[in-house]
Amino acid sequence: MSSRCHSDCARSFAVCCLIALMACQREKRDLRPAPAVAVVYGAAAVESDLHPAGKQYRVPQVTNPYEGNAYAISEGQRLFNWYNCSGCHANGGGGMGPPLIKQEWIYGVEPANLFDTIVKGRPNGMPTWGGKIPEYQVWQLVTYVRSMNNLEPKSATPARPDTLEQSSKTIFPKGIAGR
Amino acid sequence: MHTFTSVAAVAFVVFSVAPLRAQIQNQTDDGQWTMPAKNYASTRFSTLAEIDTGNVKNLKLAWSFSTGLSKGHEAAPLIVNNTMYVVTPWPNLLYALDLTKPGGPLKWTYSPQPTASAQGVACCDVVNRGAAYYKGRIYYNTLDVHTVAVDAATGKEVWKTQLGDINHGESITMAPLIVKGKVLVGNSGGEMGVRGWLAALDAETGKVVWRAYATGPDKEVLIGGNFKPFYAQDRGTDLGMKSWQGEQWKIGGGAAWSWISYDPDLDLIYYGTANPGPWNAEQRPGDNKWTSTLFARRPDTGEAIWAYQMNPHDVHDYDGINENILLDLNIHGQLRKVLAHPDRNARMYLMDRGTGEVLSAEPFAFQNTSESVDLKTGKLNIVASKSTGSKTVRDICPAAPGGKDWQPSSYSPRTGLMYIPHNNLCMEFEGVQANYIAGTPYVGANVRMYPGPGGNRGEVSAWDPVTAKTVWSVKEMFPAWSGTLVTAGDVIFYGTMDGWFKALDARSGAFLWQFKAGSGIVSQPVTYKGPDGKQYVAFMSGVGGWSGAVVSGGLNAKDGTAALGFANAMADLPKYTTKGGMLYVFSLP
Repeated sequence: MSSRCHSDCARSFAVCCLIALMACQREKRDLRPAPAVAVVYGAAAVESDLHPAGKQYRVPQVTNPYEGNAYAISEGQRLFNWYNCSGCHANGGGGMGPPLIKQEWIYGVEPANLFDTIVKGRPNGMPTWGGKIPEYQVWQLVTYVRSMNNLEPKSATPARPDTLEQSSKTIFPKGIAGR
Repeated sequence: MHTFTSVAAVAFVVFSVAPLRAQIQNQTDDGQWTMPAKNYASTRFSTLAEIDTGNVKNLKLAWSFSTGLSKGHEAAPLIVNNTMYVVTPWPNLLYALDLTKPGGPLKWTYSPQPTASAQGVACCDVVNRGAAYYKGRIYYNTLDVHTVAVDAATGKEVWKTQLGDINHGESITMAPLIVKGKVLVGNSGGEMGVRGWLAALDAETGKVVWRAYATGPDKEVLIGGNFKPFYAQDRGTDLGMKSWQGEQWKIGGGAAWSWISYDPDLDLIYYGTANPGPWNAEQRPGDNKWTSTLFARRPDTGEAIWAYQMNPHDVHDYDGINENILLDLNIHGQLRKVLAHPDRNARMYLMDRGTGEVLSAEPFAFQNTSESVDLKTGKLNIVASKSTGSKTVRDICPAAPGGKDWQPSSYSPRTGLMYIPHNNLCMEFEGVQANYIAGTPYVGANVRMYPGPGGNRGEVSAWDPVTAKTVWSVKEMFPAWSGTLVTAGDVIFYGTMDGWFKALDARSGAFLWQFKAGSGIVSQPVTYKGPDGKQYVAFMSGVGGWSGAVVSGGLNAKDGTAALGFANAMADLPKYTTKGGMLYVFSLP
């Protein structure tokens, strides 16, 4: 009885700790963010899977400081509109720019790739935001874009942005196709 | 002017057998196609009649040509001196094809090498609507805001002039018009907070002769002593500034990204300006002049002669850029020099092109945003409940692309009818805060479009400009996003977004023939007489543009707000077509 209680308690304790840890990251607020410095993580943002002579180099470890952070995701969502990212990428479906809810990423969807894309820009129309917006906001945007693709923990990700209430009339009419 | 009109009317009545050539719609035709709209009156009517309602069903593919590109192909091919010229979407290649040899082999390719970054400021795919020929040269515009002159024989660049800056959100997609040695060019970027303009370049040297802004003080709009708008609300000093709050006019839009027409007798050019920005109208109180406006200007100086604002303080993205077809018509017993302008707001404006008076403005497509146009005051009586702002408004018809968008109509002097390709779309519109950051979008709206009443998203109709009524109409599943072409064989041609190139009887609308192209059609069909004396019909397929961006841009339509809300109405397009630019040329066997 007691031994069972012991192991149960231990398990509960471990689970509690885990939740606490997760919650810790989830609730983390960086009140003194890094100043606005544009850093281009060249080698970190690997965009090719082809490694001549094998994968024998040291990739500087770049981690998203806000991974799994709910506040960063909600801030990223706000900034996504504030900096007019939504003007080109809509609410993830794209328009003037490519969609951001997708499977195939030319320049990668790892946090370092996305950071690189935002800071450096891309040749076919993605503006260069380096030097324009603070680094911590770039990471918040990175975290939000990843959350759109369910690449952030569900616990930190809000429901899909309710950009426009759905009215029954906007649902695509069935039976029109093939007429 | 009035004396002249009545004399002309009397002359018309008395000498009813007088040559029709006196009317502007009866243009001379040498069987070539030297400008996208065919002629200065923009009729897109060809006098060629070898292909007619009886034999069009026998049309066979003569040859084809791949552009090697996959974005929206909206241009009209040009045919001059037995050469066909084709302009592509970005990177704006110019192909010259030899019509004297079987299969139209490539003579040369000219590449203006526009910067790839320009693709990031093109609101609605990286399209180009074509080139124009003038005195041995081909003139056209590049997405990165340049105009180029190319030797039509050799493909060598003669000059290249930069007219704007992508870092201010500017681009160019329109086809230029050359009038009296001046290349007329306007910018795009109404969704990017640009300040709209139309410029004239010396065709010889490429130097800018004049530039007329759509907003700002009169001296920059080129409004002077000869400016005589017909209606009171368009009269006043510096309205291009005063009808805005603060300095919003500097980023207020009013681009000139589409068609220009020219009347050599009145010596006036006609064109419309685009929507004001941002789309969220609550952020820009006032009439926002001179956006969504028709201008008549002198080609030599750019001086404005009259202006008429169709949609003051536009709240629906109803650009005024649609085509203006110049016609001389007998209206209420009087021969009037008119222009017919099917506006985005779904009304067909028939206007006296000498004075800017509105003669009629009846709807040509389903709409619920306006009650009427008061012909005495020129005022559009809007339906207030459909006005947008920082709120959500539903069931707005037509949607932002309008009753029709840039896709040009044609007019046949034989039938007296206009052939209008149009949309049948409605939308819901949520206005949100827009921030201006130069070189990025300035929109402030979440939009979702969906099919209008009946469920067909497009339609092609024949319109009688005199009675202001639809004569016949054909429904299309998708928006009719290609121009129409009409011939003296009484056949009209147009393409559909699912890739069918169709021929209809111009008098009845009866279906005659169709051909399935490799990709959806959003371009401008043309016809010409080949070196062998036969009549040919040509068009480009290659789906894209605003309506086709869901395919050409690989958008994710699960987000209905994609492509400024167009994706919501086109979610099924990928099931019907894939991308890819191809030129097709047909003739009778």
